[in-house]
Amino acid sequence: MSKHEFQYSKRCKAGEMTQFLLITFNGLTLGAVYFLVASGLTLIFGLMRVITMAHGTSYLLGGYIGYVVVRETGNWILGALAASVGVGLLGLLIHQLLIRKFQDDDMRVALITLGLSLIGTDLMLAAFGGTATQVAIPKALQIGVELPLLGTYPLIRILLLLIAIGVGFGLWFFVNKTRYGAVVRAGVDDSQMTAATGINIKVVFAAIFAFGSALAGFAGVAGGSLFPLMPGQDGTYLLFSLVVVIAGGMGSIAGAAIGAGLVGLVSQFSLVYFPTYALVFTFALMVIVLAVRPQGLMGKATV
Amino acid sequence: MSPNPLFEVKDLNVSYGRVHVLQDVNLAMGIEPLGLVGRNGMGKTTLVNAIAGMVPAQSGTIEFEGGNIANKEPHQVCRAGIGYVPQGRRIFPSLTVDEHFTMIKTKRDARWKKQDIYDLFPRLAERKKNGGGALSGGEQQMLAIGRALLTNPRLIVMDEPSEGLAPAIVDHLANVFRTLVSEGQAVLLVEQNLRFATELCDRILVMVNGQIAVDMTSDELVSSPETQSKYLGL
Repeated sequence: MSKHEFQYSKRCKAGEMTQFLLITFNGLTLGAVYFLVASGLTLIFGLMRVITMAHGTSYLLGGYIGYVVVRETGNWILGALAASVGVGLLGLLIHQLLIRKFQDDDMRVALITLGLSLIGTDLMLAAFGGTATQVAIPKALQIGVELPLLGTYPLIRILLLLIAIGVGFGLWFFVNKTRYGAVVRAGVDDSQMTAATGINIKVVFAAIFAFGSALAGFAGVAGGSLFPLMPGQDGTYLLFSLVVVIAGGMGSIAGAAIGAGLVGLVSQFSLVYFPTYALVFTFALMVIVLAVRPQGLMGKATV
Repeated sequence: MSPNPLFEVKDLNVSYGRVHVLQDVNLAMGIEPLGLVGRNGMGKTTLVNAIAGMVPAQSGTIEFEGGNIANKEPHQVCRAGIGYVPQGRRIFPSLTVDEHFTMIKTKRDARWKKQDIYDLFPRLAERKKNGGGALSGGEQQMLAIGRALLTNPRLIVMDEPSEGLAPAIVDHLANVFRTLVSEGQAVLLVEQNLRFATELCDRILVMVNGQIAVDMTSDELVSSPETQSKYLGL
């Protein structure tokens, strides 16, 4: 190998390394958005076993609420808050009016929420049109930070990763370490027996559904700050968060985090190296996980 | 019995579809422990479930401390002061022993707080961190009783607490039962195990085909093989 060739290949390796890291970071930040969406679904579907097909619609609605509020006020935090509260309240209303009565009838709940999502998506198409929009990011955050080996990387993506980690730890603590988390888990095990200890389990389930919806609304603002908001995204996010919750293990926060990270990484790497098969790899991931561990990565064996 | 009973079921009727399971059931009790025995399928558990608010009553009343709790929700029955120890224990597998207790809110001046339950069942204190599914049958029964006590009930309804347990554990539970009764805890004990029920309760009801067929003292029932063979098939 001549000296010239050696230097060339070294430079190439450094470039490959940077690209590898860049894809990894992009995958992780994409995974962060998937996790934020899936965290709500892991409460509603994974833990409470209510099959909602409207979770992606909640994501999109949250994104649009954030988009409008940020456009009018210029305050990103206010937008995120409005989206969480708005979608959470809507979720509560839907749960009380349409889902509560049929909570144990999976097929009915799936069809009701599917219908709601179709109506919701069309209403949003009418209101916001079919072109992509994005939630405006505060000017102060539209900068890059220097990272070793990686070069400049958008600050907003790093912040989003940190927010997702924060939400993940918060949720894990709530479900596994607090009295209310114990009540929720008991209610999922045996709702009648939980009620017989003096707990109004219907209120608990309604609150969890509202909270899970609020998380989807928040995820819409967070995701809508990085990626375009447009009709069709609702289906994509519903699908990916279902993959994350099922592959991660029903009801497990840690499982959802690992699942979301994996799905984010796999979809980014396959997008760069095997663009034609990007979607195939994501679903192959779920197939492989479920073939090896039918209960999901962190799921319990007994269901 | 006192003229104003603590707990009184009047003309209670419960049906599952077209099957009329409970037919005009009447019973009344004060704070003295009452045993309810009967063969399988006679309606004992249905009566308990109707009391706990888990199956609806078609007619009749369930009066407790002056109010009617028939057809109330389970959490309302619990808050009214009735503790429920279900058949089959119904422990929460996703919760540790300790979480079974921390999930229930207790008042500071309540008779039963978490530590009191651990004092009553030291075995549970040793297994605080264990999951509900990892316990033995006896430990699960202790947990189910502790969970009901922690709601600080005026009346505790136990459905077959001795079912499937080793004799040593049954003796231990009998001692706990006597302790509770001695401090004025009202208990309605539903049992298949006639000996367990007659040793712990002075008064016994026998349920046959959804009706209370016999109401007599334990001594009378024990010394009447005819009644036992007629209604219990013993």
